[in-house]
Amino acid sequence: MSTAVENAPSVDSASRRPRVTAAKRRQYGAAYALVLPFFVIFLAMIIVPLFYSGYLSFFKKQLIGGVRFAGFTNYTRALTAPLFLSGVARMAVFLVLQVPFMLAMSLIFALALDSGMMRLARFSRLAIFIPYAVPGVVATLMWGYLYGPDFGPFAQITNALGFGPPPFFTSTGMLFSIMNMVNWAFIGYNMILIYAALRSIPGELYEAARVDGASEIRIAWSIKIPAIRPALLLTIIFSVIGTFQLFTEPKLMFNLAPNVIGTAWTPNLYAYNIAFVNQDANYAAALAFLLGIVIVIVSYIVQLSAQRKERRS
Amino acid sequence: MSSPLTRRKFLISTAAAATSAWLLSACGGGGDSGGGSTPAAAASQIPQADIDKAMDTPTTLTFWTWVPDITNEVKLFTTKYPKMKVNVVNVGQGAPHYQKLRTAIQSGQGAPDVAQVEFQFINSFTLGDGSLLDLTPYAPATLKTSYPDWVWSQVNTNGGLWGIPQDTGPMGLLYRDDLLSAAGIEPPKTYDDFASAAATYRTKNPKNYLVNVAPNQPGQIVAYLWQAGVRPFAFDGKQTVTIDLASDEAKKVVKFWGDLVTSGGASNDADFNDTWYQGLNSGKWATLPIAAWGPVFLSGSAPKTSGKWRAADLPQWDASKAVSSNWGGSTDAVLKLSKNQIAASQLALFINTDKQSALQFATKQYLFPALNEVLEDPAFVDQKSDFYGGQKVNEKFAQISKTVSPDFGWLPFMDYVYTNFNETLGKAFADKTDAVAGLQAWQDASVKYAKDQGFTVS
Repeated sequence: MSTAVENAPSVDSASRRPRVTAAKRRQYGAAYALVLPFFVIFLAMIIVPLFYSGYLSFFKKQLIGGVRFAGFTNYTRALTAPLFLSGVARMAVFLVLQVPFMLAMSLIFALALDSGMMRLARFSRLAIFIPYAVPGVVATLMWGYLYGPDFGPFAQITNALGFGPPPFFTSTGMLFSIMNMVNWAFIGYNMILIYAALRSIPGELYEAARVDGASEIRIAWSIKIPAIRPALLLTIIFSVIGTFQLFTEPKLMFNLAPNVIGTAWTPNLYAYNIAFVNQDANYAAALAFLLGIVIVIVSYIVQLSAQRKERRS
Repeated sequence: MSSPLTRRKFLISTAAAATSAWLLSACGGGGDSGGGSTPAAAASQIPQADIDKAMDTPTTLTFWTWVPDITNEVKLFTTKYPKMKVNVVNVGQGAPHYQKLRTAIQSGQGAPDVAQVEFQFINSFTLGDGSLLDLTPYAPATLKTSYPDWVWSQVNTNGGLWGIPQDTGPMGLLYRDDLLSAAGIEPPKTYDDFASAAATYRTKNPKNYLVNVAPNQPGQIVAYLWQAGVRPFAFDGKQTVTIDLASDEAKKVVKFWGDLVTSGGASNDADFNDTWYQGLNSGKWATLPIAAWGPVFLSGSAPKTSGKWRAADLPQWDASKAVSSNWGGSTDAVLKLSKNQIAASQLALFINTDKQSALQFATKQYLFPALNEVLEDPAFVDQKSDFYGGQKVNEKFAQISKTVSPDFGWLPFMDYVYTNFNETLGKAFADKTDAVAGLQAWQDASVKYAKDQGFTVS
C-alpha cells in the first residue's frame, strides 16, 4: 500500500497529463475499495484486541481488591512461572522433532504427485489431504479409540501378547501421541501448499534438464526444490507458529488423560486456563504477548537462516 | 528476500501474536461494573400487590440454562402468567456457561435475568458487591421448610437466599448384583468391608476391579470428604476464606482411596470419556459410587448391563449411622442486573416449587428433586426401574437425601480448586504416588491462589 502512495502522481504532473491521472485515480480508488473490507476487519479483530490486551497485561485484577496498575509484574511472573516455561520448552522439543518430519513427508508426497508417475494421483492427493478436513470432535473420538488403553486396537494386540497397553497416555508418550495427530492432520495441508507451488514452475525449466539426461530425483533436488523455496519457507513459518499455538489437540486429549495434559501442556492452553479458570485475564494477556514474542523471534530466526542460505547459494 | 514477503512475514507474526491475545480480550474487562441495584441489606418482604402487578405487566425474561427440555416447565409458567415471555438460551453446560455469565456481568449488559447456577458456584457470584439477587424478600417465608436441611444450607448462606434449588445429587452406591454374587461378596456396608471386598474381588477377577478412583473427578472426592464430616471450605461472604483440605479426617479419607489405588485394588481411570463408558458396559467395575443423577445416566451409558445393577447406601465410616453427602445439583438464580427482578424471581420460584413443574422435572427430565414434596410423592418414589432389576431406585435415593449431612460450604473460586485437583491429588491417583502428599499439594496450591487473589485465609 505504501508503494502505491509514493508512486501517486503529484498535483503538478496531474495537470500536465490529465488523462493518465484520471484513469490511475480510478484504479487507486478501486484498489482501496477492494482492500478496505480486509483492513476494517483486520483493525477490529486483530489490531484493536491486540492493543487492548497489551493494555490489560499491565494491570492486576484480584477477586478481592479490584484492579490496579502492575507495571511489568505480569511479565516477570510469566518468565519465572515453571508451568509456562516448561510449556514453551515442550513446544520447542515438539518443533525440533515434529516439524522437520512433517514437512519432509509433505515435500516427498508433493514431489511424488508432481512427478506425474503415480497411479491414482488424484485419489492419493485427496486421501492425504482429507484428515485436515475432519472436524476436531470426530478426530478425538477416532484417536481416543485408537489410543485407548483397554479397547483400542493397538492395546488389544499388545494386551493379547502380554505386554500391557502401549504408553500412549504416559507423560513422555503423550508428546509423540500428539505429534502423530498433528502429522496426520497437517501433512496433507502442507502437501497441498507445496504441490500448488510445484505446479506453477514453468515446464521448460526441467525439459532442458531432461534433455541433458538428469534423473527425476536430480531434477527434484536441483530444480524443483530451489524453485519452491518461498513456498517451503512459508510452510515452515506456518508450522513454527502452529506449533507454539498448539491448543486443539491437547485440549481434546485432556478428557482422555486429564492428569498428563493438566492445565499447561502448551503455553496457549496455560493462557486459556489462566484466563477462564483462574479468572486472571491480565496475566493471561501478558502470557499471550510473551508467546507472541517467542513466535516472532523463532520465525525471524528461521527466516534469517533461510535468507542466509539463499545468499550463499 | 523481496519486500512483500518481509511484510507478509510481519503480518503473519503479528497475527500469531494477536490470535493468542484475541481470545483473551473477549473476557477482558477492566473495572468492576457492579450490579446497579439497591442493596438488599434489610430485606423486607415484597408486598403481594407488587408481585401481582409485576406479573400482570408484559415482560420478556431471558433464562440461561442447559437443562434439556426445560421449555416444558417454562411453558407452565407462561400459561399461568400469560403476560410473561421467556427466552430460554443454552450457552453451554458448566464452565462455558459460567465464563459467558461472568463476561456478561462484567460488561454490564447482555446478562440473563435468570441463570442456572450449581451449588458450588453460588459463592463465586456473591463475591464482592455480588451479582446475584438475594431472593429472601421475593420468596414465601415458609420456603425453608420445603427442602431438606442440607439443601437449604446450600442456597441460604451469609444471610441471603441466592438461588432456588432445582436438583440435587445425594451420593449412593450402585453395584452389579450379578458380579458381586458371583464373587461371593455382599454389598459392603462399611469402608473396612469395602477395602477387603476390593481385594477379594480382584483376586477372583484379575482383569476387573471393584471400583474406580477417577483422577479427574474432584466432585466425587469432595463428596467422600463431605460424607466423612470434613468441612474443607468456608467463605464469610466478604473476603475471608477457610481452606482446610489436609485435616486429619480428610487425610484418612484420601489415604483410604489412595491405598486402594496403590495396592491395585482399585483402578485409576479418567471417567466420563469413551473408555470409561466402554468399561461400564463390559463390567470392568462392580460398583459405582455416584450421585442420585447417576442411575438414569448409567442406564443410558451402559445399556448392555440392564437389569444387573442395584442401588444402595454408600459404605459408612461408622457402621452405626447412615451418612451421605452430595455431588452436583443446581439452582436457578436471579441476577442483580435484571431489570425485572420480581418477574425473574417468580420464574425461578415457580418452575422449582410449583408441584406440577417440579414433579415434571423429576419424572420427565430425571433431575433428582430437591423439594420435599416431590421426594415424598408416590409418582416419583414408586417408580420401578427395569435397569435396576425392578428396584425402586428413586425411593432409595430419596431416603439417602434425608441422610446428607448439612452445612457444607464452598469457596468463591471452586473452578480453580477443582482444576488444580488434576495436578495435585488427582495426579497422585493417576501416578499411584502418595495421595496424602497430593492432598497437601492441593491444599497449598489453593491457599496460594486465595492469597494471590487478595483473600484473607484463616
